[in-house]
Amino acid sequence: MWQYIAKRTGHAIFVMWMVATTVFVGLRSVPGGPVRAMLGQEATPEAVARLRADLGLDQPLHVQYVDWLGGMLTGDFGRSITSSEGVGTLIASAAPKTISIAAFGVVLGLAVAIPAGIIGATRRNEPADYAATIGAFVGISMPAFFIGILLAIVFGVHLGWFPVVGYTELSEGVVPWLKSITLPGIAVGLPYAAGVTRMMRSSLIETLDEQYMRTAVAKGISSRVQLYKHALQNAMIPVVTIAGIQLALVLGGSVTVEIVFGIQGLGRLLVNSILERNYPVTQVTILLVAGIFVFMNLLVDIAYTAIDPRIRYGGEQS
Amino acid sequence: MSRGGDDADDAPDFARNEGEFGSGEVPPEYETEESVEEYKTTAQRVVSVLKRDKLALAGAVVVVAFVLTAIFAPYVAPHGPEEQFGFMQEPMSQTTGDFDSDGQMETVTHYLGTDSFGYDILTRIVYGAQISLLVAFATVAFAFTAGTTLGVLAGFYGGWIDTVVMRGVDFIWAFPTIILGVGVIAVMGGLGWLNVVVAIGIAFVDDFARIIRGEVLSIREEEYITAAEAVGMGDGRIMFKEMLPNAVSPLIVQATLMVPLAILGEASLSFLGLGVKPTTPTWGLLIAGGRGFISQAWWISVMPGLAIMVVVLAFNTLGDGLRDAFDLSEGEVN
Repeated sequence: MWQYIAKRTGHAIFVMWMVATTVFVGLRSVPGGPVRAMLGQEATPEAVARLRADLGLDQPLHVQYVDWLGGMLTGDFGRSITSSEGVGTLIASAAPKTISIAAFGVVLGLAVAIPAGIIGATRRNEPADYAATIGAFVGISMPAFFIGILLAIVFGVHLGWFPVVGYTELSEGVVPWLKSITLPGIAVGLPYAAGVTRMMRSSLIETLDEQYMRTAVAKGISSRVQLYKHALQNAMIPVVTIAGIQLALVLGGSVTVEIVFGIQGLGRLLVNSILERNYPVTQVTILLVAGIFVFMNLLVDIAYTAIDPRIRYGGEQS
Repeated sequence: MSRGGDDADDAPDFARNEGEFGSGEVPPEYETEESVEEYKTTAQRVVSVLKRDKLALAGAVVVVAFVLTAIFAPYVAPHGPEEQFGFMQEPMSQTTGDFDSDGQMETVTHYLGTDSFGYDILTRIVYGAQISLLVAFATVAFAFTAGTTLGVLAGFYGGWIDTVVMRGVDFIWAFPTIILGVGVIAVMGGLGWLNVVVAIGIAFVDDFARIIRGEVLSIREEEYITAAEAVGMGDGRIMFKEMLPNAVSPLIVQATLMVPLAILGEASLSFLGLGVKPTTPTWGLLIAGGRGFISQAWWISVMPGLAIMVVVLAFNTLGDGLRDAFDLSEGEVN
């Protein structure tokens, strides 16, 4: 088990290193070079030279690479070009908003998806199953930002239950904070719930058809509840995988949903930095979002050791 | 790629196939016929799905309707894409005025209302279908071509090519689609539909590569590949003329399931203002254009959103039906 965890951790670190290297190489291969792109064609040679020195671009490439990687690891992220604020400060103010929305979305998504999938599988071809299936189908067919707009129109503008614009810090009270992330959270959570519901349903149906389920009945498992518990343990494995992979949907969705609700999160920061060609901000934001995703999937991999005894007792196969 | 060592095992099988293959030599015409026949069965299977699965059929009908709408947009749209009427007219409202400059007053109905610039929303959605579908199909075609080529090479040659390709695939897989797309747009440093195609397409390359690699790995062991090698066919021809046609069904299903994701991806990038240029009516931009007016004119954002939803839903039902017919597991598709 520890070997498995070490291997997964190593893989995650390797992927992050690849992401970082790609970002490093990618931004240096911007047509005309990043400094020209940032300052425009009319910039004076002095300004170009100053910014190049500021960003360390006058150093040999391997020195730049080591410096840059070292900076990323020690939290020295550089400065924003447009506001001269530290990139770290900008990220520190934006990240909690995105993480709040994403966390709300994931919790809500799982809270909806797992029961909905179980109901779909155990009451196959009954009205409840049809409702869950159709709901999931519609859910995977709507972009998160459109769900956000619909929610804002209905619950924000017409009913006035939730704010339509802005984010309230957690320090200003739990209820205002929850209120400010409820609509964006639902918007990113529903497509996620839809994907997980579909997996939960099909995985549980498959498991219920397995031979060992018949064996369990033959051995005398009396109640349906016990039977489903038995099946659920096995059915959860692919669901956990999908729940991890689909986090991409939540993170990507929150980028667009933040724009809908005018929240200055990572998505807003990323898009603005690209439009302003503010590369120091762009690279750190991309790295952070990819890092969150890779880290969450590492947690999912580790979670396998809890739910899959084949891994817990030393095997690698899942 | 020599497989001399396998000859002993293969000999009896060749003998068994003697009647089918005739003299034992495989004439090129025969091979062409074989692949055409395989293609036909794919089409026949698609038809049989549509006959049996009413939901998939409904999806197919809607998809065809949208494609036709996109192609014939100038004939379908009630007005020109740049024609302006009253601002923020409600759905089913009418504007009266002299719109074709013939000195007569006409009354036109805005079935889905008008937006904040006075454009007819139905017209803009119809024209938007052009860009959105074109970009979606081009994206999938790009991912299909790149992914299939990489996957076939990886599966056929194995070794370090396989390792490099699959590491790259792992890497792409580790990125949320939108973030990868946004990053690619940042590096390419410009807006435009071709950039969007590459930006979203890269995120789908891995799915195609994974599927075809698996197929190639199993096909590589088939006798007809040994036969093709025996008659001295080149690697390229074996890969793309022998293996690919036999592995095409799962790729078609995958492509059908990727189109809706590409539509959503394009809409998201457009919505962020990182898609095609800001004056082109795409569905994502139309939604973004109405975002500031949700309290006065909900229909500006909602109508194009519904268009996205309907077409994506249609592609999903169609793709799901096809997947069941070709018996691919859910896991392979995500």
